Amino acid sequence: MTEPLLEITDLRVAFHARHGKVRAVDGVSLTVAPGECLGIVGESGSGKSVTFAAVMGLIRPPGRIEAGRIRFAGRDLVGLDAASYRQLRGRDIAMTLQDAQTSLNPALTVGTQIIEVLAAHGEGNARARAVEMMTMVGIPAAERRLGDYPHQFSGGMRQRMMVAIALSCRPKLLIADEPTTALDVTIQAQVLELIASIRAKLGMSVVLITHDLGVVADYCDRVAVMYAGQIVEAGRTADIIGSPRHPYTEGLLASVPDLHNLDRPIRPIEGQVPDLIDLPPGCRFLPRCPKARPDCAKPVPMRAVGEGRNVRCVLT
Amino acid sequence: MSPSLLLHRLLQLLPVLLGVTVIVFGMMSLTPGDPAETMLANQNATPAQIATLRHDMGLDRSLPVRFASFLTHAVQGDFGQSLFHHRPVAAVIAERLPATVELSAAALLFSLLLAIPLGVIAAVHRGGLLDRLATVGSLFGVSLPGFWFGILLLLVFAVDFRLLPVSGAIDYASQPPTITGFLILDSLLALRLDSLGNALAHLLLPAITLGLPMAAILMRVTRASMLEVLRQDYITFAEAKGLSRARILGLHALKNALLPTITVAAIETGSLLGGNMVVETVFGWPGLGRLVVESIFARNYPLVQAAVLLYALTYVLVNFCADLLYTVLNPRVRM
Repeated sequence: MTEPLLEITDLRVAFHARHGKVRAVDGVSLTVAPGECLGIVGESGSGKSVTFAAVMGLIRPPGRIEAGRIRFAGRDLVGLDAASYRQLRGRDIAMTLQDAQTSLNPALTVGTQIIEVLAAHGEGNARARAVEMMTMVGIPAAERRLGDYPHQFSGGMRQRMMVAIALSCRPKLLIADEPTTALDVTIQAQVLELIASIRAKLGMSVVLITHDLGVVADYCDRVAVMYAGQIVEAGRTADIIGSPRHPYTEGLLASVPDLHNLDRPIRPIEGQVPDLIDLPPGCRFLPRCPKARPDCAKPVPMRAVGEGRNVRCVLT
Repeated sequence: MSPSLLLHRLLQLLPVLLGVTVIVFGMMSLTPGDPAETMLANQNATPAQIATLRHDMGLDRSLPVRFASFLTHAVQGDFGQSLFHHRPVAAVIAERLPATVELSAAALLFSLLLAIPLGVIAAVHRGGLLDRLATVGSLFGVSLPGFWFGILLLLVFAVDFRLLPVSGAIDYASQPPTITGFLILDSLLALRLDSLGNALAHLLLPAITLGLPMAAILMRVTRASMLEVLRQDYITFAEAKGLSRARILGLHALKNALLPTITVAAIETGSLLGGNMVVETVFGWPGLGRLVVESIFARNYPLVQAAVLLYALTYVLVNFCADLLYTVLNPRVRM
């Protein structure tokens, strides 16, 4: 097996709030291989975005990485000095955010916003490279549009622009945080196709953070399901979608409408995501789990079940 | 902004100025006291003599007639004779205006240079020592009355330490040749470094006194809007791009955060004009503010009317300039 591009080991991130410590990420381990697309699925507050904010080195006080290791391309990122991290961000690891409308600076032209990344990372010929990248993501008349402001672009074009900015230095890893949530369905598909095609072209790895299992099924090689700060199930996408082993994954799949079988009822998961302060030691899904048993109240470790597949459940 | 829109915006200012004119004229007519009586107060004048003077000054005509006459002359730049200087009001004001403009500009510059960096630093280190110091400091800045703070500065720097001059805008010996009437500009044009230094030394304390309350307010506004901007997604995205801290704060954040600061600075420039009267009186500054204070006490109607109109015009124009600056900073309002 090849050396993973990104390897996270037992990562713990906590936010210190007035009423206690919020353990947003609690013992997450995962790997991303070169060229691979990993899906991270979970509800809001499951820790999926925080995990990758930690990878980007963007955890700010009151948040703190309490423990764990993040290795990227053979380098340890936890505790890396600010200047080295700055060189890495945008050049080797890039990130797109959920909403391009709010992620592009309204007061600067898109040209400024794309050229500055190239300039910050010492890339020559920044203007030509910027135009090339904008053309690659499908922005027509890119040269002419350099002087335009974000509000002069449509929603889909803004999203493309954000992708162009993120990919301008041809990173090894793209973290796409909810790339489709803020978009119309038709534009969602366009943006995902765009990321997939550029991934193939540049051979980069992609982490797709989403709460949409349909997106994962179509675009990801592997998937990790997160719940309340932990990974509860991880493995090849086909295995997990085809035969989920964790009750939470089952719940997620059951709550997605099935277009091939519209008679199947949609079953939402009852209850709420638990408060991440003062969590009980046992399975975090216990209060909402339809299959709960007495031994679920004890700590549940991650268990390997078959090739490259792990589940955190006493039932397996 | 297109030229036609610019013209349109400028034309919109006219009704505002007309309104101000009506109010000023009305208020001066309503205040008790009679300039003719005041002028002849110590001369044992008979009622008949006072009546003659009132007639000569046009004060016996009806209010609308006087207003119409005032307005027709005013649009031609003729504000009548100053009742005490026996010279045209416009000339008297023109003589005093440069000193006030210099003082106001210096105060504005001082407060912007102090407030914007402090506001940014306070926001970036929110809750830190600098933030707390700046917050307490701004409370002082807003609360201190200008006349008291000015006198305090005078006592310390001019009287005790004798570092700076006590009053006036320049020493007689350092007076540069009059070219524009602006002392600093004239010193530069005449290449008189001694005049420049002398003028700046005179300017320092009044400018600080005048600018400090404004700096305090602008600091708070900049801090608040900077905090708001730093929470935005585009700042996170800028960080994810690996940009330097200086570029993120100085360009990405500040360009958005300055919008409220500019609006408030424009509004505060209005109070700067009012503050001028106090500060010019304390520092013996030969500007318009002191002239207006003297003229109000002397019921020098024509001069007060012209000065207030000038204040209104300045205020309106400053806000107009702020609007223009807005369109530069915020492309969404550009048309």
